[in-house]
Amino acid sequence: MKIRKLTKTILAALLALPLISGVATAYELSIPSFDYRTGPYAPSGIPYANGFADYLMMLNARDGGINGSKIVVVPCETGYNTKKGVECYENVKNTGESRSLVIHPLSTGITYQLIPKTSVDLIPIHSMGYGRTSAANGKVFPWVFNFPVTYWDGAAIFVKYIAEKEGGLDQLKGKKIALVYHNSAYGKEPIRTLEKISEKYGFEFMALPVDHPGQEQKSTWLQIRKERPDWVLMWGWGVMNQVAIKEAASIRFPMDHFIGVWWSGNESDVLPAGEDAHNFLAGAIHAPGANFPLFDDIAKHVYGKGNGAGEKDRIGEVTYNRGVLAGVYAAEAIRTAMKIHGTNKVTPVMVRDGYENLEISAGRWEEMGLKGFAKPVKITCDNHAGSRQAAIMQWDANAKKWNQVTDYYDTMNDVVDPLIEADSKQYAAENSVVPRICN
Amino acid sequence: MIYRETGQFKANYQDDQALFPIAQDRYVILAVLLVTFAVVPLLLNQYWLNAILLPFLIYALAALGLNILTGYCGQLSLGTGAFMAVGAFSVFKLMTAIPELGFIPLVILSGLITAAVGTLFGLPSLRIKGFYLAVATLAAQFFLIWLFNKVGWFFNYNATGMITSPPMTLFGVIVTGPSADPVAKYYLVAGFVALFALFAKNITRGRIGRNWMAIRDMDIAAELIGVRPLIAKLSAFAVSSFYVGMAGALYFAVWLGSAEPTEAFDINQSFLVLFMIIIGGLGSVLGSFLGAAFMVTMPILLKNIMVDGLGTDTALAAHIEIITIGVLIIGFLIVEPHGLARLWRIAKEKMRLWPFPH
Amino acid sequence: MIFFIEVVLSGLMAGVMYSLVALGFVLIFKASGIFNFAQGVMALFAALTLVGLMEKFGMPIWLAIIGTIAVMIALAWAIERFMLRPLVNQEPIILFMATIGLAYVLEGMGDILWGSDVKMLDLGIPQGASDWMLDSFDIYIEKLEIFAAATAAVMVTFLAIFFQKTRIGRALRAVADDHQAALSVGISLNTIWVIVWSVAGIVALVAGIMWGSKSGVQFSLSLIALKALPVLILGGFTSVPGAIIGGMIIGVGEKVAEIYLGPIIGGAIENWFAYMLALAFLLFRPQGLFGERIIERV
Repeated sequence: MKIRKLTKTILAALLALPLISGVATAYELSIPSFDYRTGPYAPSGIPYANGFADYLMMLNARDGGINGSKIVVVPCETGYNTKKGVECYENVKNTGESRSLVIHPLSTGITYQLIPKTSVDLIPIHSMGYGRTSAANGKVFPWVFNFPVTYWDGAAIFVKYIAEKEGGLDQLKGKKIALVYHNSAYGKEPIRTLEKISEKYGFEFMALPVDHPGQEQKSTWLQIRKERPDWVLMWGWGVMNQVAIKEAASIRFPMDHFIGVWWSGNESDVLPAGEDAHNFLAGAIHAPGANFPLFDDIAKHVYGKGNGAGEKDRIGEVTYNRGVLAGVYAAEAIRTAMKIHGTNKVTPVMVRDGYENLEISAGRWEEMGLKGFAKPVKITCDNHAGSRQAAIMQWDANAKKWNQVTDYYDTMNDVVDPLIEADSKQYAAENSVVPRICN
Repeated sequence: MIYRETGQFKANYQDDQALFPIAQDRYVILAVLLVTFAVVPLLLNQYWLNAILLPFLIYALAALGLNILTGYCGQLSLGTGAFMAVGAFSVFKLMTAIPELGFIPLVILSGLITAAVGTLFGLPSLRIKGFYLAVATLAAQFFLIWLFNKVGWFFNYNATGMITSPPMTLFGVIVTGPSADPVAKYYLVAGFVALFALFAKNITRGRIGRNWMAIRDMDIAAELIGVRPLIAKLSAFAVSSFYVGMAGALYFAVWLGSAEPTEAFDINQSFLVLFMIIIGGLGSVLGSFLGAAFMVTMPILLKNIMVDGLGTDTALAAHIEIITIGVLIIGFLIVEPHGLARLWRIAKEKMRLWPFPH
Repeated sequence: MIFFIEVVLSGLMAGVMYSLVALGFVLIFKASGIFNFAQGVMALFAALTLVGLMEKFGMPIWLAIIGTIAVMIALAWAIERFMLRPLVNQEPIILFMATIGLAYVLEGMGDILWGSDVKMLDLGIPQGASDWMLDSFDIYIEKLEIFAAATAAVMVTFLAIFFQKTRIGRALRAVADDHQAALSVGISLNTIWVIVWSVAGIVALVAGIMWGSKSGVQFSLSLIALKALPVLILGGFTSVPGAIIGGMIIGVGEKVAEIYLGPIIGGAIENWFAYMLALAFLLFRPQGLFGERIIERV
């Protein structure tokens, strides 16, 4: 057995040097960050990763971590590729003394991949506003969290917004709504929901797939010109967003009838289209912009010391803020876990409890210097998707900034809930999961 | 001194035509098998098994398949990713429809289905050659992936088109699904690969293999001496797709656990396997393994050295990684265009002569 | 009917955009028999360099373009010196593989030098729909693509003159015909290769500018190579006019299929349809539409 141990050490040293080089004196909280700073999706991946890292680094610099325990962000480059994602997961899951406290896969494909694995390895996943929608059912997916909102809710909320503009849900009858989507698991998520809603309210629904990476969408937009839908929804990512907005402008599709999901609404998506992108709409799960006291802290404690992950003037971009939001949720969940279990040496299992009992009130948001940044959150044993609300924001090309133009909408529970129930049941049956009992 | 066949007399035809005519080769193979099956699982941790050895073995099987087609029969194919997808989706459909058949027969069955599909897409090879054929196989690549992504029947009509492998057992041990033990998965895959590597070694030196090589070296000449190109080319497509299909089935069911067609089996997958056989050595069974080892471990090794060892940030590391791989590919081709397997052969020759090189 | 004309016109224009990439392939294949997989990445690299020179060094457009051309020529020289020369006389598949290695190197280098964020490329090329066409005929045509088509026409004319009338052009054709014979009459293969790769680099720059203006300069630009492949097989690897006409056939074919056939069988069919179309052509003409006849001897 000694030889085995020795060989193991040598091999470990060869391939995973941090395990020995990073001998920590104090208990450190390892939080992996699945980045993609290369490849076709890097323009979307970089700001998110920067926001996530910057927030956690700010906690380290300002407060000395969470309740005095330092945070270590363990980056791993996935390139938005599931195979690399699996390798990353295997690599980081046991990193550091605390092991990986929570995984943010930042890709719907990788999330699907990891959902079965993490429930065996006992590590929570937080797929924030992406991933498998039916993971909202905490009874079947105890290890997965997808608050604050899911894609199916997003689809329902966009239809609600459309109905409001058209003068009520009964006015949807006879209207035509098109969905332009990234032809992958991510893009396909909203289709079933939209089909159900279209049956219910009698509008016509058409789905137009765009193949990876979405550089060439001429025929998609010709089709839209031919069919002349009243509204277009978009589930895009990476270069697909920019091209779609440009093409839409070219065929003179009215931008205020074109709604992107919250992943299709970064500054870098609309800027290339210039003036033409004016009034483009996108879903929002948090506020845009950097007008929050917390961002001053990031500028001061992180960028002030030259430790920023990105460029200072890109703080406050929508996707950057998304990264900050994920960081806030993670830190708050860890804080909650520390409170529940009365120890600073939290493990992934405890952090899961932290997520499940997470509650961020409006007061707490304000306390963090993020008043009005996002909606209050309350997670329970059976509901892992939180309040499932989203708002709509609109691009102002003249001022070059996003404005939140609506309040947060509730989802259509009557449509989405049965779908979530059915899909999670199917998963439970296929994978012989016995749903736990929540009280 | 050690590696020398002096004194090994071949007294009958059987000895002369043995798979490994030199005794030392036999010992080496036995030793490798012994290490593979007895030592490795004891030594290595989960990360090694899951993130390196499993993909290595599975890719080696795919590379073997492509090597039969490209290396032995000279038909350049860029449809490997799609054929792996055929294997994966076949095994998924079979696992959900007739799980009682057991996992191993299902994998073999999905290999056979892939062989049929591969033969169909091999038909243009009777008329189209060289790079034109390569691009024609891309038609298979794009079409099949589109099909799997579009037609609900293939993924049992779930919401997103992802397929997830249900847990299956083999001799009472779980080998697929999330709770499978990495060691069990490793044994299963290693068994498959070892068996079919031997089979490939055998088939390529027999009559069929010789026909393939005749077609590769010059198809018109081969036709004139009586090799039937229809049979030779299509059999190469069939056998190759059989291997690739099984690799795809294992890749999905055992390694990934769940997959979406557009991403897990895209064109990059086809290129990756092609790189493996070119780097490893065209027309060599050993080369398929060496190439797979190189292409699987190299990026991970580079990444781990740079990110974990030197503390480079991940983006820069990813960029340097890709440059290094590019430079290594060009470098290898310049040093030895016939791949790693050729280097091994040269080393063997040297060893035979050593210590008296003249 | 008007809509059909619009689809065909859009297809033609999109086809020309593919042809721009395919042209670079053809040039290199013609002169050296190398299937240059790095052509797409070269377009990306050229466009990145152009944007980088303009953004980071504040160069005016014309200077940045000259600078990029200089970089592409230097690159061609380096490729010849360090990659092609040691690999001379190897099998086509080995050279093909080497260009994939080259693609990796360029991809990583482009990212390290200029960053992997999406960059806007604004050279003042007209963009958006042509209002005149849209208002008077209700036909939607992208201005950028008309511009690209005009550029392609100019480029092909220029290349034709270059090949037919100049000394270097004649030498290039000699090399394309027969390496050995060209060598024996005193043409330096190495020089020719540098020139061909430089020209291909400049063609890549043009393609990079057009595609970059359309969608911003970032990694996905390198993937347009995949769009150029069916164009190549259809037009033949060795024919410049083939690349243009092949591009148009593929462009029209895939757009018409996507719009009229797509909704029936599920959409996003244009990628495989382009390849299937090319494959169908190949079954009748295995050397492509304009490729040289394949003569096989024992």
